[in-house]
Amino acid sequence: MPKIDFQSYETEGFFDETFENDKIVKPHYALFIDWLQKMGLKKLNMLQHSTDRVQLSMGMTFNVYSDNQGVERILHLDIIPRIISGQDWDLLERGLKQRIYAMNLFIDDIYNDQKILKDKIIPKELILSSSSYLKQCVGLKPPKGVWVHITGTDIIRGADGSYYVLEDNLRCPSGVSYMLENREILKRTFPEVFEKLNVRPVYNYSHYLRDMLESLSPVFPASIAVLTPGTYNSAYFEHAYLAQQMGAELVEGRDLVVQDDFVYKITTKGLKRIDVIYRRVDDDFIDPEVFRADSMLGTPGLFRAYLKGNVVLINAPGTGVADDKAVYAYVPDIIKYYLGEEMLLPNIETFLCDREKERDYVIDNISKLVIKQTDASGGYGMLIGPKSTKEEQAEFIQKIKKSPRNYIAQPTINLSRVPTLSDQGIEGRHVDLRPYVLYGSDINIIPGALTRVALKKGSLVVNSSQGGGSKDTWVVDNF
Amino acid sequence: MLSRVADAMYWMNRYMERAENYARFMDVSFNLSLELPPHVSEQWQPLVVTTGDWELYSEKHESINKENVIYFLGFDPKNPNSIYNCIVNARENARAIRPEITKELWAQINYLYYFVKNGLEKKIWVKKDPRIYFDEIKKGCQLFWGIVDATISRTEGWHFGRIGKMLERADKTSRILDVKYHILLPTAQDIGGSIDIIQWAALLKSVSAYDMYRKLYGKLTSVGIAKFLILDNEFPRSMLLCLEHTAISLRMISGNTNGYSNQAEKEVGMLTSQLVFADINDIISSGMHEYLDKFQIDLLKVAEAISDSFFSVEKNIAKA
Repeated sequence: MPKIDFQSYETEGFFDETFENDKIVKPHYALFIDWLQKMGLKKLNMLQHSTDRVQLSMGMTFNVYSDNQGVERILHLDIIPRIISGQDWDLLERGLKQRIYAMNLFIDDIYNDQKILKDKIIPKELILSSSSYLKQCVGLKPPKGVWVHITGTDIIRGADGSYYVLEDNLRCPSGVSYMLENREILKRTFPEVFEKLNVRPVYNYSHYLRDMLESLSPVFPASIAVLTPGTYNSAYFEHAYLAQQMGAELVEGRDLVVQDDFVYKITTKGLKRIDVIYRRVDDDFIDPEVFRADSMLGTPGLFRAYLKGNVVLINAPGTGVADDKAVYAYVPDIIKYYLGEEMLLPNIETFLCDREKERDYVIDNISKLVIKQTDASGGYGMLIGPKSTKEEQAEFIQKIKKSPRNYIAQPTINLSRVPTLSDQGIEGRHVDLRPYVLYGSDINIIPGALTRVALKKGSLVVNSSQGGGSKDTWVVDNF
Repeated sequence: MLSRVADAMYWMNRYMERAENYARFMDVSFNLSLELPPHVSEQWQPLVVTTGDWELYSEKHESINKENVIYFLGFDPKNPNSIYNCIVNARENARAIRPEITKELWAQINYLYYFVKNGLEKKIWVKKDPRIYFDEIKKGCQLFWGIVDATISRTEGWHFGRIGKMLERADKTSRILDVKYHILLPTAQDIGGSIDIIQWAALLKSVSAYDMYRKLYGKLTSVGIAKFLILDNEFPRSMLLCLEHTAISLRMISGNTNGYSNQAEKEVGMLTSQLVFADINDIISSGMHEYLDKFQIDLLKVAEAISDSFFSVEKNIAKA
């Protein structure tokens, strides 16, 4: 029986989450690795296989958008967990809180007084030209002044082992259901070692989420709904999952109707009021009367009811302006401006193609950089310089020259790696980290995250739409 | 309950019932084909007529044979009523109302889905004896019903589900009876002969009625069997009992205890009374086929009235 050893495991050139460069196991991984080696590869493969089956039977599937066939896939869950030490986690938590307080104040300011623009910290044109800036939200005062109730910040770890924020994701990010279900699955897969390590729990998430949603409505008990684009949406599993976990109604736009500026669901016994909507439909689509008129996913009048304070929308519309990748470059200034603090959790160095000097640098060094479209997400609209062809580079240079405002560039970061089960045994694969942050009366961060893993050897793209998988993330104190 | 959810609950159950019935029909037809004397050819056509899919079948296939029929009814992704599609549709409806059902139920539907998907890939229909496969589907459906009854609260959703199941079941029982009368009607010298008895027994088995019938009537007679399948008020697959359960569920939904409070209750009530006061000899003498045909049309009206009373968005918005 093939034993698990890490003789041929490579750690050179990357930051490895598990091993030092001389292959000494890091203390927070010691217990798990020790236990893994006792188990053997055959048993591990068996456990992996049964995990795949559990995911299928739970219908944890998604459709891939670009795929006309509408092929149903599972998000591969690699059973070797990503383990984070409690100290590291506490650091991340402080950094995230700071960042989200500041981003929330920023959004509130942008749609109200625009002090940060008047003080010329950020160029006014940059904000007003953002495709995610919604003029319909000007003057909006959401309940308790909170705009970003739910955030899923993308964090990576570079070659030096420091954590960096890669993206803020302030528009109802997805993936939290995988964090919760991955944990359920792993608890069954590795019960003994899980118990010994005293992993910090995540099961409270849906309770906290429900409490947060309820706390935003003046109505008690508030009637809560999760608004989904429908079963064909790639995150539908999550929408249904969260509705079920919270005991909320799962609705589509066509299930709702607005009368006298109140929102109602259409039931077999007539109309019933809805007070809080956790909407997983993008801003552009929530209300055809105000935003995209061709939207079939929203409900006419929804925004009107929202402005009147008759329904709460989570997240508030308009938060996308702070997700703009050009705004990202200003986050250190934003934190300093609103909180008077230095940024705790650093950004990645970012070049704004809108600035001539930086643009020239980007064009000259395109083969070394990652180019991103400022209003895109999900791994789309980007070029990874070192992995691209000359033709692709030329194409992006044209795009940048045509609309420089829409592009930024960042150095290519060699994401950290975690041991991952592959056909060749256990090998290092690159990962990122997406913790979930709730903001109601105050900020609440659940000690866990979705770790996304690039399953292809050497790949740096962790997005589920492009061959990424996931791992459970364990925050541990006892090791 | 959201009208869309009620609709999906109804259809999820209807499709599951359809899948189970088809699986049972296939199993019994296969059994029957084994028992027929050598000079009698296998009868696969009645099966396709029973399910009401004959028109589509004859468009797609020139000949009737075991392999074609099993593929068409069990697997054909282009036959909207094939077992494969019934399970797919039940699953899509379940997916749309995932928060309304339990984890166990959802897992069971997924199990069935991957089972039929696998069956399609493995080309079960070319196998010599696919009975184990259909038996597994039948059991899978029965487990589904068990989970429904053991884990779902008796709220509106459960009742809409039961209505879907009962209407589908009443329809299928009436159809299989019709086929025996309509197509398998034996020539004078065959009546009471061995083929006739085999066919009647097969008919009973295809609706899981053989044991219960034997217990009640003992002897296999056409009149007894027709009475049992149409008018028995204790057998769970008789047309009458299916309607009575539908009526009870409709009243549980509306809370009404007297007369009718909506078109659906009215249609079901009228059809149920017709069966309650029917005499099997009258039915036979006035023509079994005509009677069953009319029953199926009335059943359609019931389904339309239910859809109109509960699933229609416009109607529900207008409700006070």
